[in-house]
Amino acid sequence: MKVTEKDVAYVADLANLDLTQAERDRMVRDLNSILEYIGSLNELDTTNVPPMAQISDRLGVDESRRGSERFAYASREDVLEGLRKSLPHDVALANAPDSDGTFFEVPKVIER
Amino acid sequence: MELKSLTIDAARSAVQERNTSAADLAEAFYDKIENDDPKIGAYLTLSKERALAKAEEIDELAEKGERLPLLGGVPVAIKDVMVTKGVRTTAGSKILGNYVPPYDCTAVARLEAAGAIVLGKLNCDEFAMGSSNENSAWKPVHNPRDLSRVPGGSSGGAAAAVAADMAVAALGSDTGGSIRQPASFCGVVGLMPTYGRVSRYGLIAFASSLDHIGPLTKTVGDAAILLGVIAGRDPMDSTSAEVPVPNYVAELEKPVSGLKIGVAKEYFGEGLDAEVRKSVEAAIQKLAELGCEIVEVSLPHTKYAIPTYYIVATAEASANLARFDGVRYGFRAPEARTLSAMYRGTRNRGFGAEVKRRIMLGTYALSAGYYDAYYLKAQRVRTLLTRDFEEVFKRVDAIVTPTSPTPAFKLGEKVDDPLAMYLADIYTVTADLAGIPGISVPCAESRDKLPIGLQLLGKHFDEATILRVAHAYEQAA
Repeated sequence: MKVTEKDVAYVADLANLDLTQAERDRMVRDLNSILEYIGSLNELDTTNVPPMAQISDRLGVDESRRGSERFAYASREDVLEGLRKSLPHDVALANAPDSDGTFFEVPKVIER
Repeated sequence: MELKSLTIDAARSAVQERNTSAADLAEAFYDKIENDDPKIGAYLTLSKERALAKAEEIDELAEKGERLPLLGGVPVAIKDVMVTKGVRTTAGSKILGNYVPPYDCTAVARLEAAGAIVLGKLNCDEFAMGSSNENSAWKPVHNPRDLSRVPGGSSGGAAAAVAADMAVAALGSDTGGSIRQPASFCGVVGLMPTYGRVSRYGLIAFASSLDHIGPLTKTVGDAAILLGVIAGRDPMDSTSAEVPVPNYVAELEKPVSGLKIGVAKEYFGEGLDAEVRKSVEAAIQKLAELGCEIVEVSLPHTKYAIPTYYIVATAEASANLARFDGVRYGFRAPEARTLSAMYRGTRNRGFGAEVKRRIMLGTYALSAGYYDAYYLKAQRVRTLLTRDFEEVFKRVDAIVTPTSPTPAFKLGEKVDDPLAMYLADIYTVTADLAGIPGISVPCAESRDKLPIGLQLLGKHFDEATILRVAHAYEQAA
């Protein structure tokens, strides 16, 4: 599988990145070299090997329970402000690049 | 007060016995930073106000003759990927250039609750993505042992600050080797705990299933003290484990005689520098002299660790970094006229080249048509890599390896070759994927006077054993 400039443009679009032409050229080169190296994984037959998303899959789980219940230790009561209080409005907005004091402000979404 | 070789207990005792005050000690470190850091570049932000307020609190306790907490008055510093309330936190990125967090990372809060004085925030590769600290958006870090060389990465500022006596200890983070590799390059101790041992709450996420917080210190004893403070279940991180925290310091003194230490041939193959090999072999001999039984073992899937890592880590990073959109915090491209242009302009100008490369690789690996071939495949190989360790740990108590294939390389040497840079983590990434703990302890110096690190890997939640072996080695060496 060779990554083309078209693939790079498509993936940049998915990732919300506006790459310059120079960046796109470099990305085609780098991704191909890295993916070629990653291709070595295909030497391994993994047909009957389960995928592993998290080490927590193997630790601290209650084996007698099923599904997400196995991770019951990691859950909490579903109550308002159970673990910490919500941030005050002004604190939540303090880092906003643009705000009217009530909402985050962004450029217009729909052109008329 | 002599800052060189100042350990946690020595600093705390000096404040307790009022040979110095916590405030004076903090000021002494700030003087040292002002003098020495311009040529090293370890610090990004100093938190002087917060540090001196805490120092005053500790000094009041000391004046009253009260027993200080474990880290009372001990000056520490924090890698800039952990959020600190009221203190700018950038993750080494322009996209968070002006970010002042409204809350504290749990690990930092626990250090302060134990009396530590937080001096400031430490330089690192952008979003902890790198092995040389050259991906910091702000400035490179120079290795204190040789300023023409890198300190390692991504916790390069943390390793350099401890090595140059600009902090007694530091907290770093390790996703593929980012605590242990810089510790080995700078000649300090670096510990990556088991996944889930230390809360990740407030750690700016790179790859959530691989990110670990851990200490960088001058001695193994100090690493044991810090781990004891930051470890343990935190309801704010659902992956933090409910496993009892032992007294790591007390465990250090248990004998190592009779412990079985595995040596895996896969960690001594092609690409290993001859001097590093010789030093690590001598260290293994030393462990045998201490009464450890050296056992040959095999971790057959090791060569697949780096390719697996660069799929899993980048896939998770592409999802985690999607939150940086210029809306709620951080940098926003000011000239954009539409929302979509604002997102794209913000991300393109806010992120550096390596971060974009990893977002692209991760997005590609997760995209329709490639998910099974790359992401699912890598997750299956991750199982094989973890099983390798589980098998070997049925026979041995710990595994010994080099930390890095070479000593610190020159600044600029690998910046144009991402693959060569990735291989700097070849001996460290597997532990991150399997979630097992690892420690790097200095074991020798090269002919060029560059530090060489020895790595010990342990069973899940068995930091005590690798700390004990590292401590015995450190005392004997």
